[in-house]
Amino acid sequence: MAVLSAHDLTLKYDQRCVVDALTAEIPEGKVTMIVGANACGKSTLLRGLSRLLKPAAGVVTLDGKDIHARPARELARTLGLLPQHPTAPDGITVRDLVGRGRYPHQGFFRSWSPDDDAAVHRALETTETLELADRNVDELSGGQRQRAWIAMALAQETDVLLLDEPTTYLDLAHQVEVLDLVTDLNRKRGTTVAIVLHDLNLAARYADHVIAMKAGAIVAIGAPKKVVTEKLVLDVFGLESRVIADPISGTPLIIPIGRHHTTANELELVS
Amino acid sequence: MKSLAPPSKPSAEMALDGNKSRKHWRELPSRALNRTGLLAAVAVLMFAVYVLLGSYTVTIPDFFKILVAHLTGGERIPGASFIVMENKLPRAVVGTLIGASFGLAGGLFQTMLRNPLASPDVIGISYGASAAAVTAIVVFGASGAAVSGAALGGALGVAAVIYAISRGGSLGSGGGNGGNAAGNRLILAGVGIAAALHAVVSFLMTRADIRTAADALVWLNGSLNSANWDRAGTLSLALLVLVPAVIALAGPLRILELGDDAAAGLGIHVGVTRLAVVVTAVALAAVATAAAGPVAFVAFLAGPIARRFTNKASLPASAFVGALIVLAADYFAANIAPLLLDGTVLPVGVITGALGAPFLLWLLVTANRKDA
Repeated sequence: MAVLSAHDLTLKYDQRCVVDALTAEIPEGKVTMIVGANACGKSTLLRGLSRLLKPAAGVVTLDGKDIHARPARELARTLGLLPQHPTAPDGITVRDLVGRGRYPHQGFFRSWSPDDDAAVHRALETTETLELADRNVDELSGGQRQRAWIAMALAQETDVLLLDEPTTYLDLAHQVEVLDLVTDLNRKRGTTVAIVLHDLNLAARYADHVIAMKAGAIVAIGAPKKVVTEKLVLDVFGLESRVIADPISGTPLIIPIGRHHTTANELELVS
Repeated sequence: MKSLAPPSKPSAEMALDGNKSRKHWRELPSRALNRTGLLAAVAVLMFAVYVLLGSYTVTIPDFFKILVAHLTGGERIPGASFIVMENKLPRAVVGTLIGASFGLAGGLFQTMLRNPLASPDVIGISYGASAAAVTAIVVFGASGAAVSGAALGGALGVAAVIYAISRGGSLGSGGGNGGNAAGNRLILAGVGIAAALHAVVSFLMTRADIRTAADALVWLNGSLNSANWDRAGTLSLALLVLVPAVIALAGPLRILELGDDAAAGLGIHVGVTRLAVVVTAVALAAVATAAAGPVAFVAFLAGPIARRFTNKASLPASAFVGALIVLAADYFAANIAPLLLDGTVLPVGVITGALGAPFLLWLLVTANRKDA
């Protein structure tokens, strides 16, 4: 198992500071959701945590060792990343795509092995993409395609998996499907998962641990029931809301209050 | 693109046993491999046609007799020995090598930048070679190896400038997207520089006297007329270094195809890998251009044709297609075009250019139809 943490991490694009002296830990064996308004630095934080962006100051450590001090391929055997917009090469099949997740496990002289076959098979099985294995990725629906990409990240067989908005462009049913899949992975394999997610309600339902960000800094951190409150929603998103217990999961459910469609008895919702 | 296997059948078998799944894993790549093998066979066949047939026909036994005699210092067949050993064979070898080099260079750029426009002849690298060579011919009265050297230097210099421009402010665009921005900037910088160099070449041509201009024009079109064993030897030496580099880069390049972020997540050093691919591809294009001039469209076309034929991006297939295009176009230029044009023998680049443009349009039209 592996613990990923950031200490006084400052991340910059050119001279613009996006994440400022942030310290946080991704708890081992849990599902962490990073939430916040657009441009609050949450995706940037994920890039910093995954070696895509070199810190301007501070360090990111995996098991106490600076991730930038380790060979990239070795790190990729422990720390996996599914970026927001990966590109599927033309005409690639699902099986071939998933197989590329094995790259960090292969050496210059050690090419494809039975281990790799087994890992690909497990990844396809877990994501229920076995029956899609020989289809071209560009023929798949949005939800199927996302499952194929997750399968690729699974084939990497890392202890820590970071996902950047894995539900973007998916309809609600597929969003739930993807998050269920990630939860399965966390529960069955004990994989530490960190996800940047837009949907606060789904984040509150699926997270063990929430990191709420605003302007490159952490506003609140902890279990969803403690962290996701009306005050936090107002602070982070600038949105008035009511937070009630989700009738299905008991987790916090945010009911936004806009300028229209508010009835006089809205307050009854709370009680 | 049609799907190659019915989706339901293999999966049912795979679920039953793991060994089967391994067999199926090989199924699709091996199909692509067969197709690549087929391309190689066609290229070899074209090589044989090029050497044996045409304006001077040699039978296969005679060819081997000539070859053995040449290698062992035995008795030569008057005329035939000279034509085969000093003209046809070196010309075919140089044509094959430059075709393969252009094909690999184009394939590397197109795969890395995920854009079929990103071949060295479109993004100005060939123009860099042309401008330097024409300057050498027109201003300094250079010829032969000096022109090749100038072309090599021009290609490398322009590539360095394009690369430097495309890297400037590489994170300014936010960096949160798939990371294709650097590639697009490289293409735009290259197209801009190509336009500027085109103007330089045109200017130099207007200043040159008519005979120098004619020399420069033959070179600009790309031609195998100056092919000889020296040139074939130099090219072979260069490829002896560059082809292993391509083989070493092929694995990381397959991962880079998934986007910069995904590749970094899989343990690729994106910047280093990209620089290595650019250097290798530019060197391939530069040595080929130095040997035969910027044979139009070969680097541009080889990748897409190979992809169309094997259903996936394949560097070996691009090399075979490149060689095939150059050999076929030069054979056509030397043997078929004169019949149509009252004996005018065209430089090979005129044929690849003339055939290349409509073929590109056809590729674009059919590709759009597929996506729609």
